[in-house]
Amino acid sequence: MTSAVSFKQVSRHFGSVRAVDAVDLDIAPGEFFAMLGPSGSGKTTCLRLIAGFEQPTAGSISIFGERAEGVPPYRRNVNTVFQDYALFPHLNVLDNVAYGLMVKGVGKAERHKAAEEALSLVRLPGYGARRPGQLSGGQRQRVALARALVNQPKVLLLDEPLGALDLKLRENMQEELKSLQKALGITFVFVTHDQGEALSMADRVAVFNDGRIMQIGTPEDIYQRPKTRFVADFVGSSNVLPPDFVQRYSGQHRWGSLRPESIRVGRATSGEGVAARLVSTNYLGATTRLALDADGLKLHAVVPAGTALPVEGEAVVLTFNREHLHLMDEPA
Amino acid sequence: MRSDRGQSAPLGLKIAAACGLLFLHLPILLIFVYAFTTEEKSFVWPPPGLTTQWFAVTWNRPDVWEALSLSVRVAAISTAIALVLGTLCAAAVSRTKFFGRETISLLVILPIALPGIITGIALRSAFALADIPFSFWTIVLGHATFCVVVVYNNAVARFRRTSGSMIEASMDLGADGFQTFRHIVLPNIATALLAGGMLAFALSFDEVIVTTFTAGQQQTVPIWMLEELIRPRQRPVTNVVAMVVVLVTLLPILFAYYLTRDGDQIAGSGK
Amino acid sequence: MSVDATMPRATAPAILPGSGGMRGALSDLFWRRPQLLLLLMLLPPVLWLGIVYIGSLFALLAQSFFSIDEFSGLINRELTLKTYGDLLQAANLDIILRTVTMAALVTLASAVVAFPIAYYAARYARGRWKALFYLGVMLPLWSSYLVKIYAWKLILAKEGILTWLFGKLYLQWLLDAWLSLPVVGGNSLSVSFTGTFIVFVYVWLPFMILPVQAALERVPGNLVEASSDLGASPGQTFRNVLFPLALPGIVAGSIFTFSLTLGDYIIPQIIGTSRLFIGQAVYSQQGTAGNIPLAAAFTVVPIVIMGFYLWGAKRMGAFDAL
Repeated sequence: MTSAVSFKQVSRHFGSVRAVDAVDLDIAPGEFFAMLGPSGSGKTTCLRLIAGFEQPTAGSISIFGERAEGVPPYRRNVNTVFQDYALFPHLNVLDNVAYGLMVKGVGKAERHKAAEEALSLVRLPGYGARRPGQLSGGQRQRVALARALVNQPKVLLLDEPLGALDLKLRENMQEELKSLQKALGITFVFVTHDQGEALSMADRVAVFNDGRIMQIGTPEDIYQRPKTRFVADFVGSSNVLPPDFVQRYSGQHRWGSLRPESIRVGRATSGEGVAARLVSTNYLGATTRLALDADGLKLHAVVPAGTALPVEGEAVVLTFNREHLHLMDEPA
Repeated sequence: MRSDRGQSAPLGLKIAAACGLLFLHLPILLIFVYAFTTEEKSFVWPPPGLTTQWFAVTWNRPDVWEALSLSVRVAAISTAIALVLGTLCAAAVSRTKFFGRETISLLVILPIALPGIITGIALRSAFALADIPFSFWTIVLGHATFCVVVVYNNAVARFRRTSGSMIEASMDLGADGFQTFRHIVLPNIATALLAGGMLAFALSFDEVIVTTFTAGQQQTVPIWMLEELIRPRQRPVTNVVAMVVVLVTLLPILFAYYLTRDGDQIAGSGK
Repeated sequence: MSVDATMPRATAPAILPGSGGMRGALSDLFWRRPQLLLLLMLLPPVLWLGIVYIGSLFALLAQSFFSIDEFSGLINRELTLKTYGDLLQAANLDIILRTVTMAALVTLASAVVAFPIAYYAARYARGRWKALFYLGVMLPLWSSYLVKIYAWKLILAKEGILTWLFGKLYLQWLLDAWLSLPVVGGNSLSVSFTGTFIVFVYVWLPFMILPVQAALERVPGNLVEASSDLGASPGQTFRNVLFPLALPGIVAGSIFTFSLTLGDYIIPQIIGTSRLFIGQAVYSQQGTAGNIPLAAAFTVVPIVIMGFYLWGAKRMGAFDAL
C-alpha cells in the first residue's frame, strides 16, 4: 500500500544547523499521526517539508506515491492548520473558508455552499458573516480547520493546533479532532510538544530530538517501551535507571526505565527493596507524586491519592515488579 | 510611560506645552486672516477691513492656474513612481533577509536625510554633465527620488504587521504567487499604500528646495510663491494662494492619518 | 461533531498539475528561485536611486575637484584642489562659521521648546488627547514650508502683528532696544538674525518633538515615581532620570534640526540679513556666479559635518529613537 507521506533520508539544513537530519518516515493513509518533541527538535520543519514551505536539502519526499520535491505548496493537495491560525483579517469567516475554492475558480454560489457546510462540520454554522477579529480563540481554530477541510485535502497538517487554547477547550477539541478524523478518513499529521496530547490522540507517534526521529510507534509502545533515555524522559517523565542499577535487577548492563506508577513505596522496616529517602510529596489530585532519593539516584513515584504516606525525610523501601523494568536499546 | 493614568500634570508643564502648541499653530491660522484683508501694499495688522474680492482676482490669474496644474501633474506622476519603487523595495526588505538590506534602507532614506540643497545641486550638476535640458521630467526625477521614502516607510511598517504565515496560508490553500499578491498582500497593504501615496503627493506638492534646481524656467506653486516672496507683485493674491496651499496639503495628511491611525506609527516620519 | 454526507471523500491526486500558461510558469519559477524574485523587486528602486541619486552625488563630488577659469568663467575639467583652497578664504570661512553657529543655536532652542510638549504628550496625554497632540505636531510638520515662512514674514514685518502686540503692551521700547543691538538686531525683525533664528526654530520644531516623544514613551512611568519615592526633587528627577533617558531622542531630533539648518537657503534669504549662509552661498555660486565647482565644494561642508554628527549620534544610540 502506498504511504500517505513518505520521507526517505530527508534532511533540511540551514547553514550549519541541521533542523532535520536524514529522517525516514512512513505515514499510512487514514492515520492520525503525531510528531512529538521539544521545540527546535525538527518536528515543525518536517511538517513544513510536507506542506511545501521548505525544500529538503537532501533525500526525497513523496505524498501518496507522487514525488513532492520542487512542487510549490499551492500545487500540493495538502492543507495546513497554522499555529496562529493565519486567518485573513480582511475577509469574513465565509470568504476565509471559501478561499481555497475561490482561487481554484469555483463559482461563488457553489463555494459559499461548501463553506457553509464546512462551518457546520466544525459546529460554527451561521458564523460566516463575522470577521476573524470578532471570534474567540477556539472559534478561530475551528474556522482554520474548516478552511483547510473544505478543500478535501489528501493530508491535513496541524501545527500545534491546540497550543493556544485553555485546558478545558483543549480537551474538548482533542475529542472533536479525533472523531472528525475518524469520520472523514483523511490522514492527519499533527505537531505537538505536549506528550499527553500526542499519546491520547494519535494512532502512531514519532518522537523527535535534534532533527532526528528517536522512536516511532503506537502510544503504548512509546510510553511502555521507550528505546532511548530521551524518549523515556520526554514522554511521561519515566525514571531513567543507570546500567549499574539495572544490572542488579535484570542481570543486563543496559539503561532501563521504570514508570513512576510502577514503584511501590513502603516503610523502611518492611524488608527487601531499594533503600531510599522521601524528599518531598506533591499532591496532584487523583494521585500524589513522590520525589525520592535512592543513594544519590533521583526517582519519582506516583501513588493513588489517599494512600498512607511516610513523612518527608523518612527512610523508605522501594519495590517494583521485575517485568515493569524496561530495558532500553541505547547502549550503556 | 504608562503608569500615571489619572495623575494630572504640573501647571508649569501644562502652560509650557500649550504655549509650544500655540507657537506651532497660530502662524498658520494667521494666513487665513490675511487672505481676507483689504490692505494691498503692506502686511499691516490688524487688517483695516475684510473682503473676499481677492479670491475672485486669484481665480482669474492664469499664472496661478499654470503653476497649480504643473504642481499637480508633477506630484501625481512622482507619487505613482514612488508608489511602485517604494512598495517593491519595502516588500523585498521585509520579506527576505538578504545581505545588504541595511544598505538598501540607507539608500532609500538618504535623499531625505541629506539637506535638500545637496540633492538639488547634485541633480543639477548631473543634468549639466549629461547635457539634459530642464523639462517636466527633470522635476519629476527629483521629486520621485525623495518621495520613495515616505511610501517605503509606510509599506515597511504595514508589512511588519502583516503576519508571514498569512502568505503561507494562502499558498497552502492553492493560491499561486500572483493570486496571493492579488487577494492577500494587496488588500492588506492597500491603506498603507494609500496613506504613503497621500503623503508623497503632499511632499511633492510642497517641495521647493530641490525644485529650484531642477525646474529651470518652469513654475510650480511653491516656486511661484517663492518668486512672490522675493519680488512681490500682488500681495493679496499671494495671501489667497497661501491659504489654498495650506488647505490642499492638510487634507491628504488628515486622510493619511485616518487610514493608518490604528497601528502604523508615525505615518509622516521621514519627511 | 456530525459529518455531512454531502462532503465527498477526496479522490483528487495528491499533487496537482501546474495551472499552465505564463502565469503558472512564472509563479512556479519565482517559488523555486526566491532570489530571482528578490532581485527583480530590488532592481527598479536600486537602479533608480543608484543612478539618479548616487550618480548625481558623485557628479557633484567630481565637480568640486574641477576649477573655474577666472577670466573666461568656463569650467576647467581638470582635477585640482584649488576650489577647496578657495573655500578656505576668510569670507567663506565666515559663512561656514555663521551657519554652524546658527544650526547649533536653533538645535538648542528647539530642544528646549520641544521637551515640554513631548513630555506632556508622552506622559499625560491619553486617548483622544494623545491623538490630538499627535496631529497637533504632524499638521504643522506637513504644512507647506513656504507658507510657514510667509506667515512669519507677515508676523515679523515692521507693520506686522508682533510690532502691534509690543505696542499694545507698551513694550515698544523693548523691541527697539533689541533691534538696536549689534549682530542680532536690524531694521526690523524680518531683516535680522533674530528673525532668521525664530523662523528656523519654528519650521524645524516638529522634527525635534517626535523623536523626543518617542524616547520618552519608552521611559517606564514607575521609574519617575521611583525617583520621587526615593526623595528626589522634581529638578533632580529631571536631571538624573528623565534627561539622560530622553537624550537619545534629543540627539535624534538634533540630527534633523542641525542638518536642515545647515542646508537651508530659503529662510535666510526671505527673513534675515544680507549676510550669507552655506545654502545661500551654494545657490548663488551655482546660479548667478556660475561657479559650480565652488558650489559643489561648499556642499561638501554640511556632508562632512553631518557625517561626524551622525557618527557621534550613532555612538550615543540615537538611531533607536528615530
